Amino acid sequence: MRALVWHGKEDIRCDTVTDPEIEHERDAIIKVTSCAICGSDLHLFHNFIPAMMPGDIMGHETMGEVVEVGGGVNGALKKGERIVVPFTIICGECDQCRRGNFSVCEITNRNKALAEKIFGHTTAGLFGYTHITGGYPGGQAEYLRVPYADRTHIKIPAGMTDEQALFLSDILPTGWQAAVQCDIEPTDSVAVWGCGPVGQMSIRSALLLGARQVIAIDRIPERLSMAEAGGAITIDFDKESVVERLNALTDHKGPDKCIDATGMESHVNMAQPATLLDRAKQMFMLESDRPHVLREIIYVCRPGGVISIPGVYSGFSDKIPMGALMNKGLTVRTGQTHVNRWTDELVRRIEEGQIDPSFVITHRVALEQGPEMYRVFRDKQDSCVKVVLKP
Amino acid sequence: MNFLANVARSKGDPKIVSSGPSVRTPADRMARALGWFSIGLGTVELLAARRLTRALGMRGREGLIRVFGVREIMAGVMSLSVDKQAGLKSRIAGDGLDILALLAALRFDNPRKGNVVLALLMVGAVTVLDVRSAQDLAVQHDPKRGRRRLYPDRSGFPKGIAMAKGAARRLPSRAAAS
Repeated sequence: MRALVWHGKEDIRCDTVTDPEIEHERDAIIKVTSCAICGSDLHLFHNFIPAMMPGDIMGHETMGEVVEVGGGVNGALKKGERIVVPFTIICGECDQCRRGNFSVCEITNRNKALAEKIFGHTTAGLFGYTHITGGYPGGQAEYLRVPYADRTHIKIPAGMTDEQALFLSDILPTGWQAAVQCDIEPTDSVAVWGCGPVGQMSIRSALLLGARQVIAIDRIPERLSMAEAGGAITIDFDKESVVERLNALTDHKGPDKCIDATGMESHVNMAQPATLLDRAKQMFMLESDRPHVLREIIYVCRPGGVISIPGVYSGFSDKIPMGALMNKGLTVRTGQTHVNRWTDELVRRIEEGQIDPSFVITHRVALEQGPEMYRVFRDKQDSCVKVVLKP
Repeated sequence: MNFLANVARSKGDPKIVSSGPSVRTPADRMARALGWFSIGLGTVELLAARRLTRALGMRGREGLIRVFGVREIMAGVMSLSVDKQAGLKSRIAGDGLDILALLAALRFDNPRKGNVVLALLMVGAVTVLDVRSAQDLAVQHDPKRGRRRLYPDRSGFPKGIAMAKGAARRLPSRAAAS
């Protein structure tokens, strides 16, 4: 089969690889019908997250048709069924899964010892996302082996298209969880940093959850226009001061709830010396993340407010203003998404026409064009916001 | 390489049969080559400053050569990073400093002026490569490439924003895992 394979920093190729095989009785194989490139795949493209190995197949936003099931799937899946594959692999039986904390499943990471050394405890296995999270082959491929398939799936109702369903794998529940974690009240101003795909989903989720106003911060005109279409007030940080504008929009109180949908690769701005320092440190491996957005959020967030972080951070961040965080009494909520905690509800909302996540797709290409689309997406060329690949 | 990549795979995981073309462009490869060259040259300048000053008739300037060595290594690391353009720009600035230092050594009373001329030619050639690579990368990464369009009609709310606002105000309970 063909698959997008990581060969090194900024080196992804469309390779011919052997087909996946059932390895465990709870496995299933799907024929991939649609998959997507995620913003967090760019961290791997840049080799900012450690423990990628040449030969790793990329991709964690995948859906397809079941073509083979292991003996232990016990009727939970049948050949021919269409499923979305959540990016977190879950056993459904461990203590964390029973609590709904699926992204920290205690069982599915097959490289637990490595994760424990780095994070202190294991987290769930993830598709195509480094050997710290199990080194599982990803879904930017023609076929995908789904471990623990009896639990690691979302069935797609008849009538729902691939493009409506695909983002249940990651960005829709990620944006939704980011907003839910904010405990949004009808009087709240919610500010979202970063108008990439997760930022766009966070904006829509905050609106659905009843925020008084949603403010979106970015610098790319097409992303800001998409945010505005979703009901947000926009701030272009290349043209205006984020702090001054947020204060003006919130009667100088600051946004009640802040969402960091940017993560470890925040934009470097010549007017912000700290961002240049972060970039230099990251280049010389003195710091793994560029947390400028997080610092700004802590500074502007209203005292007593909530900071929600769906953006990916990988390791160590410098100069986090803990004094402001503590004295302002801010609450920080973060984590990889507990996808299956939210999917029943989100499937219903898509079916009821409350939201159609396919709005974010700007590029639809064949799998073979995937490597080039990593570049286009990374450089924000051709007004690219979200790429869907068709194997 | 593919053999090594396949060694770490588990039994059921796909293994590479044949590789497609790399997404790395000639400009990327040139930037990497210049990065490694920079690190190599910087190391020589740092560790063999006395030999270099002797060869160029610049005795007494060992400190300057070592500082240049550190600069070369830093530019090399930058050129090997994701921020290749910044690395190449710093290399071009460094090339300018190298040329100035060599021109200062190009005196009639310098018995090694032949070596200085040779060094100037080499720095000039590398400068051409640095400038060319920086230009190619600037074109390659230009965000203005491709069609530019806005998305004012992409609300994501099939029933409109007014209907969507607050539609999910009742928070869901956690999904049971059973």
